[in-house]
Amino acid sequence: MSDIEAVTAAEGATGRTPEPGPAAESRRDKPRSLAGDAWIDLRRNKIFWAAAVLVAVLVLMAAVPGVFGAGDPRDCALSRQHAGPSGSAFFGYDFQGCDVYARTIYGARNSILIGLFATLTSGIIALIFGLSAGYFGGWLDALLSRFIDIVLGLPFLLAAIVLARRLSSDPNDSGIWAVTVTLGFLGWTTAARVMRSSVIASKNQDYVAAARMLGAGPARLMMRHIVPNSVAAFIVVLTILLGVNIATEATLSFLGVGLKGDAISWGIMINESSPYVRTAAAPLVWPSVFLALTVLAFIMLGDAVRDAFDPKLR
Amino acid sequence: MTDIKAEIDVLPGLDPHAALLEVTDLHVEFRTRYGVSHAVNGANFRLQPGETLAILGESGCGKSVTAQAIMGIIDTPPGYVTQGEVKYRGLDLLKLSEAQRRKVRANRIAMIFQDALSALNPVYTVGFQLGEVFRMHRGLSRQDAKKRAIELLDQVRIPAAKARIGDYPHQFSGGMRQRVMIAMSLALDPEVLIADEPTTALDVTVQAQIMGLLADLQRERNMGLILITHDMGVVADVADRISVMYAGKVVEEAPVYDIYARPAHPYTKALLASIPRLDMKGRELSVIRGLPPALTAIPPGCAFHPRCAYARDVCRADPPPPPYDVAPSRTARCHFWQEVMADE
Repeated sequence: MSDIEAVTAAEGATGRTPEPGPAAESRRDKPRSLAGDAWIDLRRNKIFWAAAVLVAVLVLMAAVPGVFGAGDPRDCALSRQHAGPSGSAFFGYDFQGCDVYARTIYGARNSILIGLFATLTSGIIALIFGLSAGYFGGWLDALLSRFIDIVLGLPFLLAAIVLARRLSSDPNDSGIWAVTVTLGFLGWTTAARVMRSSVIASKNQDYVAAARMLGAGPARLMMRHIVPNSVAAFIVVLTILLGVNIATEATLSFLGVGLKGDAISWGIMINESSPYVRTAAAPLVWPSVFLALTVLAFIMLGDAVRDAFDPKLR
Repeated sequence: MTDIKAEIDVLPGLDPHAALLEVTDLHVEFRTRYGVSHAVNGANFRLQPGETLAILGESGCGKSVTAQAIMGIIDTPPGYVTQGEVKYRGLDLLKLSEAQRRKVRANRIAMIFQDALSALNPVYTVGFQLGEVFRMHRGLSRQDAKKRAIELLDQVRIPAAKARIGDYPHQFSGGMRQRVMIAMSLALDPEVLIADEPTTALDVTVQAQIMGLLADLQRERNMGLILITHDMGVVADVADRISVMYAGKVVEEAPVYDIYARPAHPYTKALLASIPRLDMKGRELSVIRGLPPALTAIPPGCAFHPRCAYARDVCRADPPPPPYDVAPSRTARCHFWQEVMADE
């Protein structure tokens, strides 16, 4: 046995990256799981850390906007209309004479909350629909797929206007949850279709048959074997959806069915300042930059997580 | 630790003295939109502990479907087992509930797949996948499951098993991967092991190693082994009995020596004649003309008659030839088996 071990040790040294040292040794001794390995992989990934720092800053902005040294976002005076940067108003003033920096910082909360939770809602619905349609097939698949087609066939804005209006008829309500639910319940169709097709692809793989051969039931087959092998494309679709949701909230607010009253969000800022882009670009550019950074951060995070869960890329 | 095994033991109908595995008149069909495909049309065989039964036949003759039907992993729809019995120690597996069936799988009957790379889940380490079997069926902790996984990898002679337990399937070579697959199916000490073309995806030297390993493991554990293959060379060394399948039927079943010495079915005879031989070097290889029938349109009578040199009118009409008793524990589905055996 010892000579065989020596041979393989030599093979290992040439074939795979050797991991000498007691630290590597002790890590090998621990039972490893997919999530554990993914975390080890993520820790070494620079893109993951860049995205994580960005997301952390954005979340901080949403949670405690006060620490960013911004002035009062609701202190507006028409005398300062389109004025240049001054004092803590690093980005200047908009058409209404409001501090663009302050509004960008305070707008993060609504934008990120809506973007994140709407995407999460869509993700959960899409996962349930895509997984059951793809795994069970037959009449259930036909039924669920037709339902997806119907939701996809609804004219998005019309449906969103009706839904958001009904969900928030009280004029004193900020409309955050109405918008979140509206976006969440209308935006899941693409992700569900993507999930369904990847589930169908991995369902017919031999390892699923092998797991059945070893006595696995439907729940274990789905959660342990099919989902981990079919979420890659799904995650990508969701990260894109996140950006779309933040932008769509702006459209709804612009149409008067989104955020109400004096609510602040990037989407509202972009919409309000776009007619004046030729006289004053800053009020349009800054919220757009933050929106782009948010979407970029989540896309990078999604990519890094997806890669970490694919052992072949390690 | 053995509670699942004990649970199976008390299932009604289980008789410890009955044959280990007995398949009687098994029929499987696939109902597709292009018609019904009759993949298996009456497979019969019987397996005893420690015995190796080889199921031999061309591609598309129903070998793999038979194996899947025994395991109960045919996708329904489109696949349906329409007739027959699969008895494990007298217990008809086809009549069990899905939950009971699941317990029998892997605990009593396990299967090795043809392509180990696609049969192992790419996102889990080999150790995790092996350990999962123990955690799921035996309720072991992660640490204990890992220890058992290492033991198993040692048993299938994977060098430095302890170091390789954290590797992913794609980091193993083809032969090593098949060993992992074997380890997985042997994890719960099954009494019947079905190997579905276990060496087809491997090169010849590795094939010999894997077959040797299977033979050793079978001897150690006194398992019944069903070896599905289209390679008559592989079969000759390891099998005790051979079932030759054609168009979903077992056309000849015999002890391995008898079948090589004197085939009793024209199809077996033609198969044997088409093996390249060293003493026939340079001469034209004899082939079986034509193709196996489409499973959606199997000819009436004996399914082999369009390609058979012995075919006469009786072969072309239903009913198809029954399994004639050629010798004790030897059958052939050919009206003219005496003629076939008499011809040299």
